[in-house]
Amino acid sequence: MNFLYAAYAVTWVIHIGYLTTLVRRYARLKKEIAELKK
Amino acid sequence: MKRWFPILGIVTLALLSYALYEALVAAPTERTMGDVQRIFYYHVPSAWTAFLLFFLNFVASIQYLVRRKPGVDRIANWIVLGIAVAICIGAYVVPPPAGVERSAVATTGLAVAAIYFLVRKLFPGDRADILAVVTAEVGVVFCTIVLITGPLWARPVWGIWWAPGDIRLTSTLVLWLIYIAYLMLRKFSSSGNTAVIAAVLAVFGALDVPLVYFSIWFFRTQHPQPVIGGGGSIDPRMMQVLLINWVAFLFFAYLVSWSRYRLEVIKREVERAQGMQELMETRAR
Amino acid sequence: MSGVTRATLIKDLRLEWRSKDAINSMLFFALLVVVVFSFSFDPIAEESRRIAGGLIWVAFLFASVVALNETWARELRNQVLDAYRVSPAPANSLFVAKALGNFIFVCVLEALMAPLFIVFYNLRALGPAYQLLIVAPLGTWALVVNGTFFAALSIRTRAREIMLPLLLFPISIPAILGMVSATTAILSGENSARFYIVLLAVYDVVFTIACLALFETVLHAE
Repeated sequence: MNFLYAAYAVTWVIHIGYLTTLVRRYARLKKEIAELKK
Repeated sequence: MKRWFPILGIVTLALLSYALYEALVAAPTERTMGDVQRIFYYHVPSAWTAFLLFFLNFVASIQYLVRRKPGVDRIANWIVLGIAVAICIGAYVVPPPAGVERSAVATTGLAVAAIYFLVRKLFPGDRADILAVVTAEVGVVFCTIVLITGPLWARPVWGIWWAPGDIRLTSTLVLWLIYIAYLMLRKFSSSGNTAVIAAVLAVFGALDVPLVYFSIWFFRTQHPQPVIGGGGSIDPRMMQVLLINWVAFLFFAYLVSWSRYRLEVIKREVERAQGMQELMETRAR
Repeated sequence: MSGVTRATLIKDLRLEWRSKDAINSMLFFALLVVVVFSFSFDPIAEESRRIAGGLIWVAFLFASVVALNETWARELRNQVLDAYRVSPAPANSLFVAKALGNFIFVCVLEALMAPLFIVFYNLRALGPAYQLLIVAPLGTWALVVNGTFFAALSIRTRAREIMLPLLLFPISIPAILGMVSATTAILSGENSARFYIVLLAVYDVVFTIACLALFETVLHAE
């Protein structure tokens, strides 16, 4: 049974993790745009 | 597209929640495997989504390579049309493998051609390269999930984490390895033509996949192995839940890919601007 | 074989004969595998014949990567590739010469290592041993043709030495499965290696054509 919850949990952990990297990369780009505009 | 994003986001969230409920609560419990079988409702849609994304990567890579010379481009169009027609005709002439409908094969042939020409229309020039990067990355994410949920399902049900002769799991592993290599190549390349080199690798990968499938298929006829994931027919109610989950994950994959696409477009513009700035600074000095 | 191919091949062979760089490093790695794994072998057991196939090809695989990494290094150092791009010589001649050169090196290695394997692992083929003479070249060519190509792909990457095996291994899996299973089948005599030999042949044909078709693109893409 734990395998079932583990599988579902892992799925969402990975998806959320990937989305977090996207958000962080986006934030870094925003900072670089601000640098360029200066 | 940008203004649709919040609405689609909410729709996707709703679909995913509904699909989750269906998978965990509403779907009937499997007789032999019990509740653990419900992993199937996340494992299989992730696999189908990953394969779809990798197929898109293959199409985008071919497009990118083929479009560099207009003559080759035209030949490629005819070849794709020819293949689609051949599949459609073949579906009704040649007896299909067991359990596969003739109409399904024909539809697949048409879908392949449709996807090829859609990508051609919607992603001209460099955009095909961006599509390739995006589909490779998101595909790897989904593929990782397939490779983790697979063993998690196999262990309680069949007693083993992995069987090297299991066609689906091993082919998926090879596909995963190929695309990890693809992403590493993109990341570590210091060439100006990374797009071309990556596209060539994608083509090699695509050539490899049928060979992998075939080689493992023969391997298992010599070394009988348990079929992880079971074969045979599926209860229609389970099929329904499966499809609901697949649709939900397709929406989700679309939104993630779209976000990644936007990110890549902005990233390339920033890099171009940075390059220009450095050029100006060097000239000013 | 075109003049360019022959000239390049002879040049590479001569350079290698004088320095023996590649063959020495390859021998070292292969010997390492043989000796280390000989400790895990029970010389009388039937099991050893089943494992030996895999071990032999692991040794050759690692050794080949050593040679493959060096394939284009000399050309890179002396700007030969730029000269090639500008010259009217067909790109494929260069590729064929390099691939053949690597093929010869690895075959020499295999010939040197084979007696050692037989001795250290007490090998005796229960199946038709002559088939090994078919499996070895087919398998070697599968590794070498893709290896030479991917070595060219990895030229302009950071961490070049790791990029080659990283690219090569996933794509080579059907070939590796074929080589190992064929060798095991021949050694243990339990099943026929014929299908695996056909698999290796198909793999070789498919990827040789692919490499020849795409090498020019890669050469000009650097």
